[in-house]
Amino acid sequence: MTEQVRIVTKNIDIPGIDTFSVYTQHGGFQALRKALAMEPAAVLETVKNSGLRGRGGAGFPTGMKWSFLAKNSSKPTYLCANGDESEPGTFKDRMIMEKIPHRLVEGVLISAYATGAKQAFIYIRGELAYAARQLERAIAETYAAGYAGKNIMGSDANIDVVLHRGAGAYICGEETALMESLEGKRGYPRLKPPFPAAAGLYGGPTVINNCETLSTVPAIIENGAEWYASYGTEKSKGTRIFCLSGHVNKPGNYELPMGVTFRTLIEEFGGGVWKGRKLKAFVPGGSSTPMLGADKIDTPMDYESVASAGSMLGAAGVIVIDDATCIVDAVSRMEEFYRDESCGKCSPCREGTFWLAQLLERLAEGQGRADDVKLLSDICDNMSGKCFCPLGDAAITPVVSAIKLFREEFEYHIIHHNCPLSEHNRSAAAART
Amino acid sequence: MISEDAKQKMRDAVAKYPVARSALLPALRIAQEEEGYITPQGIQAVAQIIGVHEDEVTSIASFYTMYHAKPKGKYVVKVCNSIGCYLRGCDNLLKQLEDELGVQPGQTSADGLVTLETAECMASCGTAPVLQLDDEFVEQLTPERVHEIVLKINNFSGRTPGD
Repeated sequence: MTEQVRIVTKNIDIPGIDTFSVYTQHGGFQALRKALAMEPAAVLETVKNSGLRGRGGAGFPTGMKWSFLAKNSSKPTYLCANGDESEPGTFKDRMIMEKIPHRLVEGVLISAYATGAKQAFIYIRGELAYAARQLERAIAETYAAGYAGKNIMGSDANIDVVLHRGAGAYICGEETALMESLEGKRGYPRLKPPFPAAAGLYGGPTVINNCETLSTVPAIIENGAEWYASYGTEKSKGTRIFCLSGHVNKPGNYELPMGVTFRTLIEEFGGGVWKGRKLKAFVPGGSSTPMLGADKIDTPMDYESVASAGSMLGAAGVIVIDDATCIVDAVSRMEEFYRDESCGKCSPCREGTFWLAQLLERLAEGQGRADDVKLLSDICDNMSGKCFCPLGDAAITPVVSAIKLFREEFEYHIIHHNCPLSEHNRSAAAART
Repeated sequence: MISEDAKQKMRDAVAKYPVARSALLPALRIAQEEEGYITPQGIQAVAQIIGVHEDEVTSIASFYTMYHAKPKGKYVVKVCNSIGCYLRGCDNLLKQLEDELGVQPGQTSADGLVTLETAECMASCGTAPVLQLDDEFVEQLTPERVHEIVLKINNFSGRTPGD
């Protein structure tokens, strides 16, 4: 039986760990103390050597990202924690912010110190009211203890932390849209370059990291780069919080070393597919990553293996789909999300997501026309690589991957005006009469 | 009417940022908390305190789904219907809410008691299906729990389900 390896989620179930006193009783802020006794460059080097990569989706090496920050800018450097968790299938950052908010605050302070940022922002998704209250209190307690603000822990380091609440927009999880939103504007993505490391928030060099990434930093500083790098695989170091959802008996967050297989996650931790059904497909990294067929269940969960299997580890949101699910219906639901969340800045995404959602709805209802599958693929081709920001490519991913795996099921809906799955068959028939 | 107290909260928000405009989203939130929705007076107050044109504030308020230009019900029920909740049966629970509350998604009951809405993935797929009642999560929903929520809302007004 595989065990969870708790690094980011260490002590998360201790009663009261969301208070400053209990967090510090269990070793909280020791890493900050240790970091402040080091040179910022040494802290950065430790993170670099640990092999930590971004947990928001792209998987970019964190230390390297920090080292790209412009050195000679006339403007201040900023650090932003991305807590705009909205990717369907992910629910790890919300857990960190709600249950162990001081760990994120500590990670933010250490990372700001390492990168020379005197001002940090935690951008939290607007809908997460409880998490915002938890973080607000954690930040206030940290200031009250003298661990944030001026002369942190008696050192000469000054770092301010401000919690900034979003107001309902998936696009603000995209780093440049996040900065626009923080500047009090519509959350439209910016053209890159310049990259945030050169000119980001208020035009200053800016580093933006995901919540889980920043919450990993204290453990790396406390225990060293080598210790952290001893977990995981050669290129995918450390642990990740895998968010398991969908048709499993025990959905939830499980922190595991990278390289454990999807089978272990789904069968050992998730208790297998529910209702005694079989696995039809699974999404490995949140709805923006290509779904994989049941034959890929033995793929190890690390960046490289998932890429070889034809998908991405993304934000590690593993969505399990059982064999009683109509894939057209499921993809239709995924596409509605992108249609509603497209920011409208660029035409291919704004129009494409609308038409994809229309076509999929028509197909799911048994009203599809002869060449609708080709039409879907054409729209996807016209969006692929042609949208302003990654949302467009994310939006076509469920469609492209589902057609690749289940083309026959799409065609069945067109030929028979119906779904091959009996239960759905009846409801589709009922809807037409 | 935006009170002096609310305006002071907006000014306090401005003081937290290196650039005043960053307080635009927090200021809109304060305005909405004050009046229940974004009113022309709210827009005016935010524009004055942040120092941008009212049209600009309106444009920004319209971009974000959490700011609304019309009043909502005393209770707001938001049901997640994205993929995670869909796979765990949210559609049936939404139908149950429609029937028991007597409102369609996107609508407010005639007596102004309750607004029913659908919502995009709320970072709760591990405890799906899920809804938010006035911004607080209710997770691992069952038909029984949904019924309890309806009773709670109706108890407040003394009305009977489906009225």
